[in-house]
Amino acid sequence: MPWPRPLLADLARTVFRRPLTDPPPESTPEIVAALVERLDAMARGRLGRSLAIRHVDAGSCNGCELEVNALSGVAYDLERFGLRFVASPRHADVLLVTGPAARNMNEALLRTHAAMPDPKWVVAVGDCAVDGGVFQGSPAVEEGGVGQVVPVDLLIPGCPPSPTLLLEGLLALLEAEVSAPPPVLPPRPVEPSLEDWAQPQPRDPAQDPAWKQDPT
Amino acid sequence: MNGPATRLIQSGTRRSPLRWRLDEGGWAALPAALRQEPELEFLGLWGEAERVHAAFRHAGGGPPLLATADATGGRYAALSPARPAASRFERMVADLWGLRAEGAVDSRPWLDHGVWPLHAPLGKSPSPPVGELPQPAFLPAEGEGVHQIPVGPVHAGVIEPGHFRFHVQGETIVRLETRLGYAHKGVLGLMRGKSPRLAARLAARLSGDSTVAHAWAFAAAAEAATGVTPPPRATLLRGVMAELERIANHLNDIGFLCNDAAFAWPHARCGLLRERVLRAADAAFGHRLMMDRVVPGGVSIDIAPSGPEAILAALAAVVAGLPALRRAIEGHASLQDRLAGTGTLRPGLAAGFAAGGYVGRASGRDFDARRDMPYAPYDRLGFTVPLRQAGDVEARLQIRLDELAESLAMVAALLARLEAGETLLPIPARAGEGVGVVEGFRGEVLCWMALDEAGLIRAIFPRDPSWLHWPLLEAAVEGDIVADFPLCNKSFNASYSGVDL
Repeated sequence: MPWPRPLLADLARTVFRRPLTDPPPESTPEIVAALVERLDAMARGRLGRSLAIRHVDAGSCNGCELEVNALSGVAYDLERFGLRFVASPRHADVLLVTGPAARNMNEALLRTHAAMPDPKWVVAVGDCAVDGGVFQGSPAVEEGGVGQVVPVDLLIPGCPPSPTLLLEGLLALLEAEVSAPPPVLPPRPVEPSLEDWAQPQPRDPAQDPAWKQDPT
Repeated sequence: MNGPATRLIQSGTRRSPLRWRLDEGGWAALPAALRQEPELEFLGLWGEAERVHAAFRHAGGGPPLLATADATGGRYAALSPARPAASRFERMVADLWGLRAEGAVDSRPWLDHGVWPLHAPLGKSPSPPVGELPQPAFLPAEGEGVHQIPVGPVHAGVIEPGHFRFHVQGETIVRLETRLGYAHKGVLGLMRGKSPRLAARLAARLSGDSTVAHAWAFAAAAEAATGVTPPPRATLLRGVMAELERIANHLNDIGFLCNDAAFAWPHARCGLLRERVLRAADAAFGHRLMMDRVVPGGVSIDIAPSGPEAILAALAAVVAGLPALRRAIEGHASLQDRLAGTGTLRPGLAAGFAAGGYVGRASGRDFDARRDMPYAPYDRLGFTVPLRQAGDVEARLQIRLDELAESLAMVAALLARLEAGETLLPIPARAGEGVGVVEGFRGEVLCWMALDEAGLIRAIFPRDPSWLHWPLLEAAVEGDIVADFPLCNKSFNASYSGVDL
């Protein structure tokens, strides 16, 4: 089927026009230096220059989510920096938390943090994640913001912070990882030989639930 | 003209221009009277220390009608047997104020998940929770091969927290039940005892995407309570901000809807257009989402001198982009296949739940607060309210596209009428009571406020339109496949934070 004319015209325009994406923001050296101090060389080596981000809304008004979502759009294009949002905490290096740490979200937040592999960063986004913001003093939120529930590495204040500010903070995380000398990887443990794998492992009936037969 | 329920409410003691107080017998007779007057729409139910208030409105027109009853001994007669939409409100009233609805169709907890330091925090005598942490109970579904899929409160995307419990048979959704409350921040408790000016910051953060609509409804309630009429320039600027908010949110929703059907081009396009609108809002009002700009008495900031130009330039880009967007959405059979006939909401249900906004208007409920409960500046503005009957995802998307075109024209008209003048009046510290209704992008936001002698908030309830949309989403997805749920959910785009309070 031939392509319709308007679509072809649009395609031609797209090829020849300049990019719609904004230039990247400058990162702040002091923030990068502070972040470097928080990660040891080993962690920096493991993370590499790419970060997978998992977002948790701990009771936000949804303002921060709007700006966080805008990061993935054409104008800010988060993925050009090696940053991307992932669907599971098990794939994530960064936990990005919004909201004032509503008590009803505590368990979900803790479980998400626990499900992430080490090393990991926690970034608190928005005034209420930083210290409760306008919701300070409510018995329904944790006193003192997200940091009272999970250990926070970077705070990005704002109500909500603009996508540019968010991007600046996340880029500081990347800079923190590459500004240190590359770490020396420890020697690998010797892998078991094929013969070792072929050996049947002795099973202890007391330890293995499959061996616990119903006596009746 | 007036049915038995209206007559019953108006036979009570008039406490304010819109509110009547019923005695115990009068309130107890209300459910039966409501059954005989189906055209009296239920808008919301909330509590006060030892009282309950309910809001209604005639489907034919007119202002809201409020009824109050004393909850003697912490009990009152449930309205949910006559108005199913009241059920979630009754559960919320029990959790926040400790007032029980007798004869309610559902008495399970709603906002209170058992982890607050106090149960019934807004009631007469809050008490610490006792015993084990309660486990959530879901409505059952039975049949061969029926199994459950639990989803949330942490979702795969960047969205608000909520739990969805699906009962499915194969791929088909037999029953969906939502469990919300995860974003509960205790907003009502924080607002109590504050001046309207101070509490406006909380109203602006009830639901971030509707910050202008919520702040405006809150301001309108405060102004009605204190007898203040905001200056004309302020109402025009409020209109500009509300329409910009609607344009930005509709663009966002249209993009995400297409994205949920794996069609990325409209998503990228809409995201860029929305970004231009937000940047224009930032240039004009100093905040991308226009938070804290609408305050009781007017607006907190006048439009920047270069603001109108920035806004008109951004809107021109949207106008130029709309035809291509429409062509792409309507011309792709693979997209239409996903949207048409999916998540159908029957007109009868939409009317019975008084569904506002695009949810109601896509299912034949012809209501828009800007036209049917007119307020400045819309009372002197010509516009059409789009209406569709199909009630599916496609219809809700088309309503958004139609509303976009209307709002674009409205902003230009409002900006053209701007004249020099005051933008903010003081709010006197005095007792009073008022209701504000403002059409947000999701539907009408209703805010009721009572001020004490010192002019501080004695009681308040901001009702987000999503209260009435969430139960309808559960009905609309029945019989659809699980894979279509994200589409259905996005087409409703109900607020979590706005109803979690």
